[in-house]
Amino acid sequence: MQETIGHSATGDLVINVGPQHPATHGVLHLVIHLQGETITKVEPHLGYIHRSIEKMCESLTYRQFIYVTSRMDYLSAHINNLACALCVEKGLGVEIPERAQVIRVLMSELTRIASHELWWGAMAMDLGAFTPFFHAFRERESINDIMEETCGARLTMNYMVPGGVMMDLHPNFQKRVKDFLQLYKSKIDEYDEMVTGNIIFQNRMKGVGYLSKEDAISFGCSGPTARASGVSCDVRKWYPYEIYSKLDFEEVIETGGDSLARYMVRIREMKESIRIVEQLIDAIPEGPFQAKTKAVLKLPKGEFYQQVETARGELGVYIVSEGGTTPYRIKFRSPGFSNLSALETMVKGSKIGDLVAAMGTLDLVIPDIDR
Amino acid sequence: MFLINYIKEVAAAIGSLLKGMRRTGYYFTHHKEIITQQYPDNRDHLNLPERFKGEVVMPHNEANEHRCTGCTACELACPNGTIKVITKFDITPEGKKKKAIDKLVYHLELCTLCNLCIEACPSDAIKMAQTFEHSVFDRSQLTKILNNPDSKIMDGVE
Ligand code: SF4
Ligand code: SF4
Repeated sequence: MQETIGHSATGDLVINVGPQHPATHGVLHLVIHLQGETITKVEPHLGYIHRSIEKMCESLTYRQFIYVTSRMDYLSAHINNLACALCVEKGLGVEIPERAQVIRVLMSELTRIASHELWWGAMAMDLGAFTPFFHAFRERESINDIMEETCGARLTMNYMVPGGVMMDLHPNFQKRVKDFLQLYKSKIDEYDEMVTGNIIFQNRMKGVGYLSKEDAISFGCSGPTARASGVSCDVRKWYPYEIYSKLDFEEVIETGGDSLARYMVRIREMKESIRIVEQLIDAIPEGPFQAKTKAVLKLPKGEFYQQVETARGELGVYIVSEGGTTPYRIKFRSPGFSNLSALETMVKGSKIGDLVAAMGTLDLVIPDIDR
Repeated sequence: MFLINYIKEVAAAIGSLLKGMRRTGYYFTHHKEIITQQYPDNRDHLNLPERFKGEVVMPHNEANEHRCTGCTACELACPNGTIKVITKFDITPEGKKKKAIDKLVYHLELCTLCNLCIEACPSDAIKMAQTFEHSVFDRSQLTKILNNPDSKIMDGVE
C-alpha cells in the first residue's frame, strides 16, 4: 500500500497529538499510528522546547550554572539545584554544615509533595475530572507560600548554592510547615474519596498501560514509574546523599506495573515525604547554613557525578572539569526522557483513549526531557 | 448469581460516585472553605513576603545617597549580563582620583531574579523589591538605571 497523507505504508491512520494539545503536558508531540481505535505505534517527537541548557552551562561559572537547572524539571526545581550543588561540592570536597543538610532535605521533600500534588490534579484532569485539580492546588499553594517566604520565589527558587543554602530559614518556617502538615492530613482522605475510589477512575486505570519489570529496567525507567513495576531504584535508599541514610522512611514499591500502580506509588510517596518532614521539622540543628567557600570556585581536573531522586526519578549530573572556573562539559541524565521512551511499550495494542491516561501516570515534564 | 453480582457492582459504582459528589457538594455549600484570592481587587492588602524576588533595586537614603562603590562584583556574578556598571572617576577633596559609579544599568527584561548579584555585593548596595507587576508597552521601558540622578555614595562605605 502506498504511503499517503494521513496514512502509513501499512495502512494505519497516522495522527498527530501535540505539540500544542490540551491532553499533552507541555509541548510534547506524539505521532500515533492507529488501526481503527487500536494503537500500533507511538513516536514521540522531541525538541520543541530545547534550550541547550547543557551547552549554556559550559559558559557559566560553578555558582551561576545552578539557576539554569531550575528550568529543566521546574516542578522539582529545588532537587535539580541540589543535584548540581552536590556535584560541585563533591569536586570541591567541602563539608556541608548539618543545618544546611537538614534544610536541603526538608525543601526537597516539600518540593516532592508539591510536585506529586500537581501531578495528581493534572492526572485527574487528564481523565476528565476537573475538581481534583483545584483541590490539589489548594495544598500545593501552601507549600508554594512556604517557598516564597523562605526562598523568595515560588517555582524557580535557586536556593541551593555550593556549600549550603543561599539564605537562612525564615523565622516563620517551622510554624508554616506545621500548619501545612495539619492541613494536609485533614485533606488527604478527600483524595481517596474523590478519585482513588471512584469507579470510573478505577476502570480506566486498572490493567491499562502495563509495563513489566524487565521493560522498566531495559528502558532505564526510574522513580515512581519504575517502582510501580517492582523495580527498587530509590536513589535516596541506594546511594544516600545528605542525611537520607539517617532518616526513617520506606521505599514505596508496587508490583502491578499498570497505571493504577503508578498512581498508588505517588500517593503513598507523598505520605512518606510527610513522614520525613515530620521527623526533621522539630530537629533542625543550629549552626551555619552555608559552608565557607571561595568567591571564585574552581573544580580540580576530573570528572564528577552525582545522582539524586527527583519527583520523577533519578537525575544525574555529570561534570567534566579541566580545572577552570567553568565546566568543560555538563551532562544531565534526566528521568523524564527515559520514562517517556517506555510509553510505546505501555500503550501498544490498547485503545487511543487509554493513551492519555497512561501518559498522565508517567508524570512527564517536557522541559526536563528536552532540556 | 451473575445478576446479583452485577447489581452489587452497579450499586458500589453509584456509591463511589456519590461519595465523590458529596465532597464536592460540601465545598459548594461551605463558603468559608473557599480560599481563592480575587487578585486585581485585593491589590491594597496583598502582602508579599519580604524575601520575594520581584526586581533588583538600589535603596537610597533621604540625602540621595546609596552604598554602591562601583566594584562590579554584581556584574561579574550575573549569569546573563543583566547588570552593567558604568564607572567614572571622582576627584576627592584631597585632589585624588576615586572610582565611583556613574550608572548602574539594569535590564529587567533579562533578569532571571536569581539573587546572585545581591549575594555577591560586598556593601549591600542592592536588594530585591517586592514589585511584580512589570508589564509595560515597550521593552525599552524595562531598562532601568538603578542609581538616582546626582546621587552620591554614602559616607563610610568603602
Ligand atoms: S537577579 Fe540574577 S539575573 Fe537578575 S541581575 Fe541579579 S544576578 Fe543578574
Ligand atoms: S551594586 Fe554592589 S556589587 Fe554592584 S557595583 Fe555596586 S557595590 Fe559593587
